[in-house]
Amino acid sequence: MRPLLEVRSIAKSFRGLKAVANASFEVPQGGIVALIGPNGAGKTTCFNMIAGVFAPDTGEIMFEGRRIDGRRPDQICVAGIGRTFQIVKPFAGLSVLDNVIVGAFNRTKHLAEARKASESILDQLGLGPKRDLPASSLTLPDRKRLEVARALATGPKMLLLDEVMAGLRPTECDQMVEVFRELNARDGLTILLIEHVMRAVMALAQQIVVLHHGEIIALGTPQQVVRDPAVLECYLGEETEV
Amino acid sequence: MNPRARLLLGALLAVLLLLPAFASNYVISVATLILYFAFTGQAWNVMMGFAGQLSLGHSLYVGVGAYVAAAMFVNLGIGPWLGLWVAILVCMALGAAIGFLAFRFGISGVYFALLTIAFAEFTRVGFDHLQWTGGSGGLFLKVAQREQMDLLNFRGPPAMYYYAILALAAGALALCAWLLRSRAGYYWQAIRENEEAAQALGINTFRYKMFAVLISSAMTAVSGVFFAFYYNNLFPEQIFHISRSIEIILGPIIGGIGTLFGPVLGAFVLTVLADGITELLALFGVEVPGVKQVFYGVVLLGVVMFLPNGIWPSLAKKIGVGK
Ligand SMILES: Nc1ncnc2c1ncn2[C@@H]1O[C@H](COP(=O)(O)OP(=O)(O)OP(=O)(O)O)[C@@H](O)[C@H]1O
Ligand SMILES: [Mg+2]
Repeated sequence: MRPLLEVRSIAKSFRGLKAVANASFEVPQGGIVALIGPNGAGKTTCFNMIAGVFAPDTGEIMFEGRRIDGRRPDQICVAGIGRTFQIVKPFAGLSVLDNVIVGAFNRTKHLAEARKASESILDQLGLGPKRDLPASSLTLPDRKRLEVARALATGPKMLLLDEVMAGLRPTECDQMVEVFRELNARDGLTILLIEHVMRAVMALAQQIVVLHHGEIIALGTPQQVVRDPAVLECYLGEETEV
Repeated sequence: MNPRARLLLGALLAVLLLLPAFASNYVISVATLILYFAFTGQAWNVMMGFAGQLSLGHSLYVGVGAYVAAAMFVNLGIGPWLGLWVAILVCMALGAAIGFLAFRFGISGVYFALLTIAFAEFTRVGFDHLQWTGGSGGLFLKVAQREQMDLLNFRGPPAMYYYAILALAAGALALCAWLLRSRAGYYWQAIRENEEAAQALGINTFRYKMFAVLISSAMTAVSGVFFAFYYNNLFPEQIFHISRSIEIILGPIIGGIGTLFGPVLGAFVLTVLADGITELLALFGVEVPGVKQVFYGVVLLGVVMFLPNGIWPSLAKKIGVGK
């Protein structure tokens, strides 16, 4: 079967600085793939190209067999890709529930339906009790959960998660992993995640893509990648025990 | 809306409906002014309060709306009920032009506000030289026969204008309440809070910002038509002046930007207090030019310092009604 997402030798430079160079990878339908690498490796830049924040300088991105590079972020969301922001962007003045309802309006134009879907997503992520609070009052981990809830509410086929586990305690991290596992198993949701928390990566990912200085230096199953000398040297180091 | 809010709103509406039965002409004229600002402020609030697009040039739509309907009436003998629709269409076209220019080319924030001022100013200069509408000398409607009610030409006693603007203000409140709970309302607020996040959630931000401008300009056009037939004389120098735009936005700012009832409350506070102060000073035989403007400044300063979200949000909490 054709992969859901195909990234073909995309590149992006910022004023001469090569953020991503010639990166190619795939995300199979129903799969969970992790994108890892040191700070500044170009992971978020890859996400931004997939999500339509900017077009790649070269290369192409296919989703469900159709080219999506160069399309606007809202078109990409409508096409079925939901994303979270590493630097969270809550609608601060709105309640937690209303934040999620905005996302849910992507699949229905009826408020009652959007509200119902949003409430169940908030419950799933453990934000149920906080749904009437203003988003501005949330702690950072809760804001990360809100990012996930909002993206999920759009009803995506594929979810792009940019470091949503950062700042979570290990037990909270495990809960979040459980949520993604369930979404993946029950709804067949495809996930591409950027993550530094190796505990979550190892628990979730079927495939790992390692980015370093904008280039892919390793690609394979978690077991293969954590033994890869190049990866050990530039990124994982002693962390491999986790 | 909770039961308590319903009750209070019903009571307010009842009082307003019965007002002409017992109030003097003076009170009715003040109430008309309040409702005029409530309605126009509500229109501005759709753009800024809901969608986060700051217009400092809403006098453009008031002025063009007023001039279109008045000129059709005076020069062509076409009544306001048809003129109203033409005025709305012309103002929406203007709004669309400004919105398109700004949103297509990424002009936002302060620069967008400047663009709205520029359009109002250019239009003022244009009308100064447009002889068909009397140029800078002004355009005049024959003053209404106070006793005779001529609904077809919207000429009549003060109570007629009062009821018309009451219907408009109440209708605008209902429309905005409905919009705010619609998909468009949620999308506007998302754009206001964070445009990038809004776009990532599938919102065509260009389309929804345009929609806000169109609704706002159409509503403000109606204000303009009302203004023309109520005041009967139009001067480009006055109606397009930036101070008129500021006057429109003070109410919502003081009452509470983005709230439903803020524009109404703000219009009430400003108009009543400003009139009260002028009356009070007159009582002591003092006549200070510009005292109204100074007063506006003081109230604005006070609200910005002590109630940055406006009066309504904290008042609403005190009297136990929702937003
Ligand atoms: N919009 C931008 N404008 C200019 N430079 C940028 C922009 N976005 C990213 N960069 C640069 O591109 C490089 C890659 O950044 P990117 O955010 O993709 O890294 P990352 O892998 O996500 O890192 P981290 O783990 O710290 O989030 C960095 O050097 C960054 O400074
Ligand atoms: Mg990043």
